[in-house]
Amino acid sequence: MGTITLKKVRKAFGDAVIIPGADLDIRHGEFVVFVGPSGCGKSTLLRLIAGLEDLTSGDILIDGENVSEVPPSKRGLSMVFQSYALYPHMSVRNNIAFGLKMAGMPKPEIEAKVAKAAATLNLTEYLDRKPRMLSGGQRQRVAIGRAIVRQPKGFLFDEPLSNLDAALRVNMRIEIMQLHKDLGATMVYVTHDQVEAMTMADRIVVLNRGSIEQVGSPLELYNRPDSLFVAGFIGSPKMNFVSGNLAAIYNAHTIGIRPEHISIVESGGDWQGTIQLTEHLGADSFLHVEAGEAGRLTVRASGEFAGKPGDTVHLKPDPARVHRFDQNGRAVR
Amino acid sequence: MARAVSTRRKVFFSVVAWAIAFAIFFPILWTILTSFKSEGDAIELPPKFIFFSWTLENYAVVQERSDYIKFAMNSVMLALGSTILALIIAIPAAWAMAFAPGKRTKDLLMWMLSTKMMPPVGALIPLYLIFRDFGLLDTRGGIIIVLMLLNLPIIIWMLYTYFKEIPAEILEASRMDGASIGKELVYVLAPMAVPGIASTVLLNIILAWNEAFWTLSLTTKDAAPLTQFIASYSSPEGLFWAKLSAASTMAIAPILVLGWFAQKQLVRGLTFGAVK
Repeated sequence: MGTITLKKVRKAFGDAVIIPGADLDIRHGEFVVFVGPSGCGKSTLLRLIAGLEDLTSGDILIDGENVSEVPPSKRGLSMVFQSYALYPHMSVRNNIAFGLKMAGMPKPEIEAKVAKAAATLNLTEYLDRKPRMLSGGQRQRVAIGRAIVRQPKGFLFDEPLSNLDAALRVNMRIEIMQLHKDLGATMVYVTHDQVEAMTMADRIVVLNRGSIEQVGSPLELYNRPDSLFVAGFIGSPKMNFVSGNLAAIYNAHTIGIRPEHISIVESGGDWQGTIQLTEHLGADSFLHVEAGEAGRLTVRASGEFAGKPGDTVHLKPDPARVHRFDQNGRAVR
Repeated sequence: MARAVSTRRKVFFSVVAWAIAFAIFFPILWTILTSFKSEGDAIELPPKFIFFSWTLENYAVVQERSDYIKFAMNSVMLALGSTILALIIAIPAAWAMAFAPGKRTKDLLMWMLSTKMMPPVGALIPLYLIFRDFGLLDTRGGIIIVLMLLNLPIIIWMLYTYFKEIPAEILEASRMDGASIGKELVYVLAPMAVPGIASTVLLNIILAWNEAFWTLSLTTKDAAPLTQFIASYSSPEGLFWAKLSAASTMAIAPILVLGWFAQKQLVRGLTFGAVK
């Protein structure tokens, strides 16, 4: 089993409150992603779960047992760090075996488990190397090997892919998702990259200034953001926001419309504007349009869009896809 | 042109460096040379540099008159004992200051260093009385404690700077892997800090070996190290320069050899973290 429950978790360093109070239920086998801009407290929240930071108040329960006062070594969780944090003086084999040695497992059993983990992660031929002789991706695999070999109650990932180059990042993302499927273990994953969050998560926890803004599946957050913050953070390119008279038509202080929910029409659209810039991605084109009262909008056109900067376009937002927000930035439904 | 100038500068600085090194080393060299002279040659004016009749007589006399091995063993025990004891205290202390600093850690470090600025003689009387009352005078255990306390601030400071260079995440990883704090220190921190710990150990063996004030004040016979051995040759009966030199040479020889072999490690250790 591997359920993790946070109850009114609060963390402050002196007067600086990092996490004012967080409540969260993580179910067994779930892949939960903490996402938010840097400094939003997502890593601190993860470190609180790990036990690497002390709670100021509140409780953390793992499998129903209160572990708030339990040291990290006894919580039964594994962690993969952004810097990999491998033991530089140990071979890959000993890096992976370290946790098992600490648990006092007999040697033959350790060897079998290390061999199995190494095979899973394609590390078998590197077992006798030191971490400094490995590439970034291989180091990350060792860090993951070190985590899985202990069969923990849950895995904690602290921005594990941010030191890798883009191509490798996509590969490792898929490997981690495959691993989650194979192990069926609870995983908590921290990232500032909303694409990682959207593609990997069963549920996403969006954090803003230490508070949980919204928890939901990727599509729930995409389709029904509770706040301007979530609406702006989830989805790429970013949602367009329009305030003022144009929003008042929709009975809202601010309306939000995603670039993919604005269609380009020949004539008679709600808005019109001038193309400032076009980004061609092949499958899609992103137009940056100066649309008068609506402000600067991003519009997604599928395929190769023929329009050039300076051309006038007519835009029609899909009314069913318009998100309405009140003056406090909360969703109006 | 630029090359010529830089070569000339190089030669100049080399000559200066050698001159300074020679000046520093000269007293030691003179002691060694004197130890091979007869007592007459030793006080000859103008002094003879190498053209004197070389003799091993002084060493024979010194060997006969006092038990070098006993003093040397005491020196080894005191140097090693105080260093090991200091490490046992300093490693956890430096770990705490480097990885779990409190508000007052910096102050604490400065305070520890400040104790080194006090003249040791200021503490002599109270310490002497304490040693007397606890029966620690002229015991190895007592001197080991004093030498340990004497060098502890430096040891903690040195280890602290080495530990600061180690990424905290690696220690956290070991905690997540189930290591208790003790195991974290033994299996992760200490092996990673081996170069730093080694140079700390070397420096402290040298400092403890050479320490004269406390060893001379608090020992007489049983725990007397080589400093006492040397001192015993400057007696009220008169100075015997050649024999004193022979005793000094015998006393400093082991540490000189150790220092020579360890110089690379020492320089690396002492400049650690200074240049990235």
